[in-house]
Amino acid sequence: MHAYLKLDHIDKTFTRGNSTTEVLKDINLTIEKGEYVSIIGHSGCGKSTLLNIVAGLTGATHGGVLLENREVNSPGPDRAVVFQNHSLLPWLTVYENVKLGVDKVFAKTKTRAERDAWVMHNLNLVQMAHAKDKRPNEISGGMKQRVGIARALAMEPKVLLLDEPFGALDALTRAHLQDSVMALHQKLGNTILMITHDVDEAVLLSDRIVMMTNGPSARIGEVLEVPLARPRKRLELATNSSYLKCRQRVLEFLYERHRFVEAA
Amino acid sequence: MSMPAVKTDAATTALPVASAPVVTMTPKRAPQSEKYAKMAKEVAVRVVPPLIVVALLLVVWELICRRAGSALPPPSRVFSDTRELIFDPFFDHGGIDKGLFWHLSASLQRVAYGYSIAAIVGVALGTLVGQSVWAMRGLDPLFQVLRTIPPLAWLPLSLAAFRDGHPSAIFVIFITSVWPIIINTAVGIRNIPQDYRNVAAVVQLNPLEFFSKIMIPAAAPYIFTGLRIGIGLSWLAIVAAEMLIGGVGIGFFIWDAWNSSHISEIILALFYVGIIGFVLDRLIAGLAKFVTHGTAVN
Repeated sequence: MHAYLKLDHIDKTFTRGNSTTEVLKDINLTIEKGEYVSIIGHSGCGKSTLLNIVAGLTGATHGGVLLENREVNSPGPDRAVVFQNHSLLPWLTVYENVKLGVDKVFAKTKTRAERDAWVMHNLNLVQMAHAKDKRPNEISGGMKQRVGIARALAMEPKVLLLDEPFGALDALTRAHLQDSVMALHQKLGNTILMITHDVDEAVLLSDRIVMMTNGPSARIGEVLEVPLARPRKRLELATNSSYLKCRQRVLEFLYERHRFVEAA
Repeated sequence: MSMPAVKTDAATTALPVASAPVVTMTPKRAPQSEKYAKMAKEVAVRVVPPLIVVALLLVVWELICRRAGSALPPPSRVFSDTRELIFDPFFDHGGIDKGLFWHLSASLQRVAYGYSIAAIVGVALGTLVGQSVWAMRGLDPLFQVLRTIPPLAWLPLSLAAFRDGHPSAIFVIFITSVWPIIINTAVGIRNIPQDYRNVAAVVQLNPLEFFSKIMIPAAAPYIFTGLRIGIGLSWLAIVAAEMLIGGVGIGFFIWDAWNSSHISEIILALFYVGIIGFVLDRLIAGLAKFVTHGTAVN
């Protein structure tokens, strides 16, 4: 397998005073170019921490992240993040929010007019061009997340990191946005690493599902290949036997073998 | 697959697009006269009650003070005594015998200098304290002690240092208004959500861009709270400081009127001081609204 993004023996411990908590233990994962990989696990298992380590926002205690065989340990636009709560800057318009990243990434390689066109191109990709002059508090939650995706895509990242991107949305909006992300992945061929706690979402979107055990010291419990051809259609999959099998497998992992234990 | 997905999305996004213009068009189509009537009503609701209260207070004041031998003049006396000052604020007979406009503008100028320096220094120091834990540990206790010193207590010291009334007054303005600006800015910077810092890190903003594009806008609501408190304090301090340093200025005008037993002039000056203080406060509030685009609460 050609390793595009490689998570190499990642350990993470948090130290506060005298107490040390081991959050992640020996995480190894290799992701191919163009692959869509989901990480699923119960809340508190450290999956967001893992994403932050890949993004470079948090440092790993041991091990590291290799992107195209080069170690990456600080944040950068090559690993753009779509944050769970969209994190748009409320004082900037939709257009300016996307432009912020574009201006930095393409400062030298694109002219002003090209950057402008590129921002609009990305807003068009997520069907948000009509709201370009609105501010984040004037658009709906789903629209904000679309803009968040446009902002990340516009940086032309090597890996797109999605941190529970649909978690804060209602079910209908979520389904729409999942379809959009699928269409974008199909069209642009991005490498995507997504954090989720939704089993259906993981099976529908991913090529592989990485299932994490409960923390502390969370490990990768199992990696499941999703053998479904793309493009995938939500309605047809509902009765597809391999879809159901994958779903069953993930559910078994999460609710039988690694049930969520409420912290005392 | 990609086509149907795009289509369904286009269909859903088409709805808000179609309905949005209708929402914005409705007020435009309302008849002009109705719009003005509504505006007039809104203005009346705000203006009439305070006018009634002021009128009542004036009547009470008139009734109390019109008796012979009253220590303070009634409003009618104030008006007749100060008629010249009210209607000709621009006269200049040399020295400190000038119209009220010149006194007020001299005071405002001092406030403008002192307050501008306070705003710049306050935001800079506040950013430092908000951003660096060590700067906070080192400086915060100092600020907490210094800010409790009354403005006028600084005046003798600054007179000793500057050997001149004018810079001393400016210094007093500065030292009075800088503390709330520092403290509020620091709180604002400390409260910048981690999300915004993460965005800045992913986009790789350099420190200067981070300061101008994230820190200042994110902390703007807090900074403007400090600036608003600061302008109020500096206007409080200038009157007191000018009473002591003399020269042209509304503070000394009041003191001079007291020394010459022109009580009506004092009352007129107080009226102007109040109005200008109010206008200054509104100016900063308006500026805050303009700068933060109404996104202060998000």
